[in-house]
Amino acid sequence: MAEMIVARNLTKQFGPILAVDDISLTVARGEVLGFLGPNGAGKSTTMKMVAGFLRPTAGSASICGFDVQDDPIEAKRRLGYLPEGAPLYADMTPPDFLAFVASTRGFKGADKRRRIEAAIAQTNIEDVLGQPIETLSKGFKRRVGLAQALLHDPEVLILDEPTDGLDPNQKYEVRQLILAMAATKAIVISTHILEEVDAVCSRAIIIAGGRIVADGTPQELAGRSRYLNAVSLTVAADQVARVRAGVETLDSVGGLEAHATSHAVTLIVIPKAGQSILYNLTQLIQAHGWPILGLKADGGHLDDVFRVITTEAAGGSGRHV
Amino acid sequence: MFNNTLAVTRRELAGYFATPVAYVFIVIFLALSGAFAYFIGNFFERGQADLQAFFLFHPWLYLLLVPAISMRLWAEERKQGTIELLLTLPIQLGEAVLGKFLAAWIFTGIALALTFPHWLTVNYLGRPDNGVILASYIGSFLMSGGYLAIGSCLSALTRSQVVAFVVTVTVCFLFTVSGSSVVIGFLGGWVPPALIATIASFSFITHFNQIVRGVIDLRDLAYFAALIVAWLSATILVVDLKKAD
Repeated sequence: MAEMIVARNLTKQFGPILAVDDISLTVARGEVLGFLGPNGAGKSTTMKMVAGFLRPTAGSASICGFDVQDDPIEAKRRLGYLPEGAPLYADMTPPDFLAFVASTRGFKGADKRRRIEAAIAQTNIEDVLGQPIETLSKGFKRRVGLAQALLHDPEVLILDEPTDGLDPNQKYEVRQLILAMAATKAIVISTHILEEVDAVCSRAIIIAGGRIVADGTPQELAGRSRYLNAVSLTVAADQVARVRAGVETLDSVGGLEAHATSHAVTLIVIPKAGQSILYNLTQLIQAHGWPILGLKADGGHLDDVFRVITTEAAGGSGRHV
Repeated sequence: MFNNTLAVTRRELAGYFATPVAYVFIVIFLALSGAFAYFIGNFFERGQADLQAFFLFHPWLYLLLVPAISMRLWAEERKQGTIELLLTLPIQLGEAVLGKFLAAWIFTGIALALTFPHWLTVNYLGRPDNGVILASYIGSFLMSGGYLAIGSCLSALTRSQVVAFVVTVTVCFLFTVSGSSVVIGFLGGWVPPALIATIASFSFITHFNQIVRGVIDLRDLAYFAALIVAWLSATILVVDLKKAD
């Protein structure tokens, strides 16, 4: 089965607040879907509904073809879920906690021991096995939560902010872990770290105000940025006026931004409607013999797209970008 | 099927003994049950080799101590957010509710079993009717299950253990005193006798005292069993309703 996670018209109303408004999505095996959105956009609520914890006000969700409301046990057997904030039983040690999770997942004896050991190795928590979970650092707690989600080698993983609270090395490790599993599973991760989307996701969905406002590969989304194909030129401060005047003569230039540092200025040359200006610009630089300190071509900024899309959606316009 | 319930029970029970709470509870339970029996119940002055003086105070002892056990059952899960973890594991809600209740019940049973020195004492001092004592122990255990089932349901209503404790004590108090002579006397004369009988029949004391006197009536046992089933069913509904709040 290709489509492992299916959400159809998921809607969740909390009293007067419409937290999730008609979200539909599918995730296939081999996909890592990044779920992006500002805080309060409805990311966690959507994940809770897909994981079968919250009952949707309208719509439905299924895991590997099993509806999470009608056939919850079969759906949950195939799902590894890291809830928001990675809640854990604080008074237990990681091995005791994992043993409990393994029992509820039906593992016994040698198989159970092997699964627990594998999950511990995968998430690198060997050093804290003797400590109660409440005494662990945030990063270790998060990894115990991940170990719990991976224990039964599920076909579907839903991870709500899996790298929150980890240091850069641990983030890297967790991303490598996700990438290593990606081929055989359908994975959804929520995050507000945009570099993470570039690093692990094959597809990104941006939600704002409970609605999907963008859906595409990270490159496609970044391509919507007005910085797509922009070129940054760094020049000495006393050269700025000359270079700026020269650049503005080009037809394909749509805009110019200047960012000054202590003794240099970076001019960001933004092309009209995604046209490529790198060639024209380098010709111009050579023709005038400008002393350029640095030059960088831009593939577009995901954070820029994110900001534009989510603030537009909050303002009520541009809902279907 | 039963494995899941057992897994939840074991985790929960281990949780009791992971902190000093369990030991504090057991010591206080033993001290109070002894103190009630010997000082207030006049165990020695009665000059009878039985444990009536010991058992008669159990409803009041449970009224105070059982809510202290039951208050954390669901309130703590909701407060810590672990309820989301628990309920996204492949287990039925009923299995989770039953598993947690059983852990609390087993724990109370351990505390109750540790009162065995009283039994040894009366057997040393005289020739008690051990059948009645056994029945009283079973009755006391069933009654503690009744209190725990009420506490389980009320614990699911809130995220605060303190609120759970206070509300549980209140509701348990109503279930305890509804058959007491004070309430019956207060209602007598202006409430139809049939209604009084119904109210009294809801009391833990009415049913428990029958058992302690050595009158084993299936209806008294069925009362506690039905009470436990009803409140645990209510727990399932409440947890399902309130889990996401």
